[in-house]
Amino acid sequence: MSERALQILQDAFPQLVEKFFTVTIPLTLMSFSLALIIAVIVAMIQYAHIKGLSFLCRVYIWIVRCTPLLVQLYLVFYGLPSIGIVLDAYPTAVLVFGINEGAYMAESMRGALEAVPSGQMEAGYCVSMTYLQTMWHVILPQAFRTAFPALSNSLISMVKGTSLASVITVTEMFRQAVVINGRVYESLALYTEVALIYLAFCSVLTLLQRWGEKKLSAYGGTR
Amino acid sequence: MLEIKNVHKSFDAHTEILKGIDLKINKGDVIAILGPSGSGKTTLLRCINYLERADSGTMIFDGEEYDMHAISKSSITRIRKKTAFVFQNYNLFLNKTVLQNVTLGLTSGRKMSRSDAKDAAMDALKRVGMADRIDAFPHQLSGGQQQRVAIARGLAANPEIIYFDEPTSALDPELIGEVLNVMRHLAEEGMTMLVVTHEMGFARNVSNYVLFMDDGKVIEQAPSKEFFSNPREERTRSFISSILKKGES
Repeated sequence: MSERALQILQDAFPQLVEKFFTVTIPLTLMSFSLALIIAVIVAMIQYAHIKGLSFLCRVYIWIVRCTPLLVQLYLVFYGLPSIGIVLDAYPTAVLVFGINEGAYMAESMRGALEAVPSGQMEAGYCVSMTYLQTMWHVILPQAFRTAFPALSNSLISMVKGTSLASVITVTEMFRQAVVINGRVYESLALYTEVALIYLAFCSVLTLLQRWGEKKLSAYGGTR
Repeated sequence: MLEIKNVHKSFDAHTEILKGIDLKINKGDVIAILGPSGSGKTTLLRCINYLERADSGTMIFDGEEYDMHAISKSSITRIRKKTAFVFQNYNLFLNKTVLQNVTLGLTSGRKMSRSDAKDAAMDALKRVGMADRIDAFPHQLSGGQQQRVAIARGLAANPEIIYFDEPTSALDPELIGEVLNVMRHLAEEGMTMLVVTHEMGFARNVSNYVLFMDDGKVIEQAPSKEFFSNPREERTRSFISSILKKGES
């Protein structure tokens, strides 16, 4: 590699890392929190078979899972203003990523809820606990454990997915790299550098997932 | 103390599981419900604790009368606060330790303070001989131990009656004794118990009354001694002899 390229990488690194920590990670965390809230609510509605609402949840999951994320971003950011709904780029990204991943996570949560033995809820009733109390103390914790690998998957995929926010003008790490590259034309080196930063961070998340799974297996071994 | 009248239950239009069951329980009674599988014993118990909703029937609990089909949620909660239910497969909360299994219903369902709940739980766990395993999770216990914790979970709330749904049927043979022992002690202490069981020894020696069910109906009910020594109905006789034969082989 030429000395010039090395110098460019060295100069770019702090700028990329800065965007990673100030934009990519906060964007991921906010989107993931939103997705998690949506997922738990949607999964609980379906688990409880609440008429009407269950149907709406299925429609939501159907539409979101069957349209591309990129199209959803364009639709909200470039499409909605023509009917008077104008959102800034960053909130748009949080909203779209959250709603999008929420649909996938809702399915993971629903499966995990349904995997909790039905006797657990009955046992709650029989010691005078209500549906919601049993849900909170017994069913949801067990479901989270079951869904943990799938939810980790969603988190990791979301970290990388935030790079799509670049197309609606959010200057996260990848867009920063594109901007720098526009000045210096070192595509191979720069994009490799970006890829390595994603790789490093997602590797850490993978290790955290292992650690978390071990923690969660305190009850029930490898059930 | 507890009386039910004319309880009917079907799961679909063609199969009626309970065809008009009457049952009366006085304080201190230990009633064994016997019968071949599919006779509706478990369904009856689940209807009595409202895990299944009966199609019709009347319940009188502590002097109050309830329509078993149309009963309100708050009435169900009120009745459940005076009862405990022990399941065939224990149904301990899998994500909770032994102690938490016993205290959870007290602190969250009954709004008892943490320290009171812990005292009540320790007391109940001592009675079933599980006070030395309070930090274990259910999967670390044998079936017999899990069932004893489940009994403690019911006991801790100081219920007026405990329902047992085949409490030893899922246990390895060598573990049945420890659970039956706990149940015998409870009976001796005067606990009111309604027990669906296949344990003839328990029905004969511990329970004071036996109810024999077949095909959704009560075929015969009698004091235990009389039931075993002098069964009146032909179906009862053949059931008892088939069970005894199985015991010998």
